[in-house]
Amino acid sequence: MRKVKTIILKEWAEVFKNRLVLFTVAFMPLILTALPIITLVATGGLEDEMSTSVSGSPPDEFFGELCTGLSEMDCVQVYTLNLFAMMFMLLPVVIPVTIAAYSVVGEKMARSLEPLLATPITTLELLAGKAVAAFVPAVVATWLSFGLYVLSAWFVVNETVFSYLLDPMWLLAIFVVGPLLTITAVSTAIIISSRVTDPRIAEQLSAVVVVPIIMMMLGQSVGYIILDKQMIVILGGATALLDVILVYVSVHLFQRDNILTKWK
Amino acid sequence: MIQTENLTREFDGKAAVDRLSLEIGKGEVFGFLGPNGAGKTTTVRMLTGLISPTRGTARVMNYEIGVDDIHIRRNVGILTESPGMYDRLSALRNLTIYAELYEVEHVERQVEKYLRMLGLWDRRLEATGTFSKGMRQKLALARSLLHEPSVLFLDEPTAGLDPEASKLVRDFIRELQGEGRTIFLCTHNLEEADKLCDRIAVFKTTLRVVEKPSALRQQLYGRQTVFHLVERADQARVLLEQLPAVKSAKVIDERLLIATEDPDRENPKLIRALVEADFEIRFVGELRHSLEDIYLQLIGQAD
Ligand SMILES: Nc1ncnc2c1ncn2[C@@H]1O[C@H](COP(=O)(O)OP(=O)(O)OP(=O)(O)O)[C@@H](O)[C@H]1O
Ligand SMILES: [Mg+2]
Repeated sequence: MRKVKTIILKEWAEVFKNRLVLFTVAFMPLILTALPIITLVATGGLEDEMSTSVSGSPPDEFFGELCTGLSEMDCVQVYTLNLFAMMFMLLPVVIPVTIAAYSVVGEKMARSLEPLLATPITTLELLAGKAVAAFVPAVVATWLSFGLYVLSAWFVVNETVFSYLLDPMWLLAIFVVGPLLTITAVSTAIIISSRVTDPRIAEQLSAVVVVPIIMMMLGQSVGYIILDKQMIVILGGATALLDVILVYVSVHLFQRDNILTKWK
Repeated sequence: MIQTENLTREFDGKAAVDRLSLEIGKGEVFGFLGPNGAGKTTTVRMLTGLISPTRGTARVMNYEIGVDDIHIRRNVGILTESPGMYDRLSALRNLTIYAELYEVEHVERQVEKYLRMLGLWDRRLEATGTFSKGMRQKLALARSLLHEPSVLFLDEPTAGLDPEASKLVRDFIRELQGEGRTIFLCTHNLEEADKLCDRIAVFKTTLRVVEKPSALRQQLYGRQTVFHLVERADQARVLLEQLPAVKSAKVIDERLLIATEDPDRENPKLIRALVEADFEIRFVGELRHSLEDIYLQLIGQAD
């Protein structure tokens, strides 16, 4: 355990001296929090002057059951909230990908992997250290920015709309599915960076895990996908299953001999 | 402390290390001498459990490689070919990380001990990215010693260092030797091996010779006498070979090459023997091999 801690602290000491990583971990959450708030403020402002002219414009079938019993303006806001809550599923994927992709390949580039692997650290300890080092900032940043989002929303929207934000479905998504997605991203990035020699390529390849999330966001924004409890639970289950497979594969693919000699 | 038996490693079907069999005793400084691409680093990597052999076995401190790798890693120190420091972190931080990974009990004390010993204490807080090559190498040497390993693998410890830094590192290795550590020293520097090692292996994919430096030096610095005869060099060789003082006799290009323990004393006798047997001597000379000649000859064998 002591060695895992050493690796985690070492990873943070090193990785947070990298500007790209700092940007991803610190600024992305801020931007992703500010964006929905600005949108909410904008839609809130519209309410008074345009409520009549806008009325009826979002067709009922577009929002499905989302808006039953809501005024149309509230409905637009709930819809916006839902849309942006999806962004908080993006954060736990993007941040760890940046950190983890850097972590194995970066060591290879600096040739620090060989002395590291020569110490009595086990593969599991090493990977656990690197994974946790990527996981914690991702989850913390996601939760912090979600907290910030909820807090600012409280000032902007009315109580009815606000209650939608604290819907158990979203809490489940942010606090359970988010971390599960982080594990997916971390193990994918470790698998890829064990095989690739350039951190930029590793990061780009790892970023592929972001694609399904973005597709879901797009699907949701055009009304093709309505995220409901059932969907979130299915998503969580599938991610958990995928994680088990990916973690297993990442540990088994990380073979010292290969990693040291297959330096292409 | 180190035994290898037919240790072989192939890359894509081509042997980088071929059937290496060695036995290295406790407290011995063993020079592993070979040119670029000889397979020195590959050998060290196998012996430290970093990569696995294609065939053959080896034991380090009685732990078998590929089986007890974690014990081997815990007990041996390695100076890797490139220092591989975390360049954004300070020298102190770098060593502290490794002391923790090596399960060192008194981390701060050990880190300070070796930083001081290698003259890096005053610069401990600087990022290693700003260090010169020599300082990095010294830091890497410090890193390999934090857990006080009794077996130490040094992969070209003075490569790329200026004469002063090289000397410092060599003196330091001598000190380690004085502490009774077993040292496996890879180098392509003959003089370094000669100065530091108890035994020297000349190696290029396969083992060419293993000798004490004195014996190797004899071979390295050994003087030979060349007789340019008018004719019948082969018969002269047969004649001289019978003399007890003659260690070896060869004919190359009609010239007779004779090696003796002490040419100054033996040469007059050889000349007399040849003259008495009616050989006509045109010219007698001395063949003095340079260090490099012999080394190149040794590694050139069987190529
Ligand atoms: N990862 C690898 N993949 C393929 N071939 C390799 C690999 N590592 C080493 N080799 C080959 O094995 C041989 C020995 O290499 P090695 O690095 O062990 O030599 P060395 O004696 O340490 O050389 P140097 O003095 O240059 O450090 C070389 O021919 C090299 O090309
Ligand atoms: Mg080498």
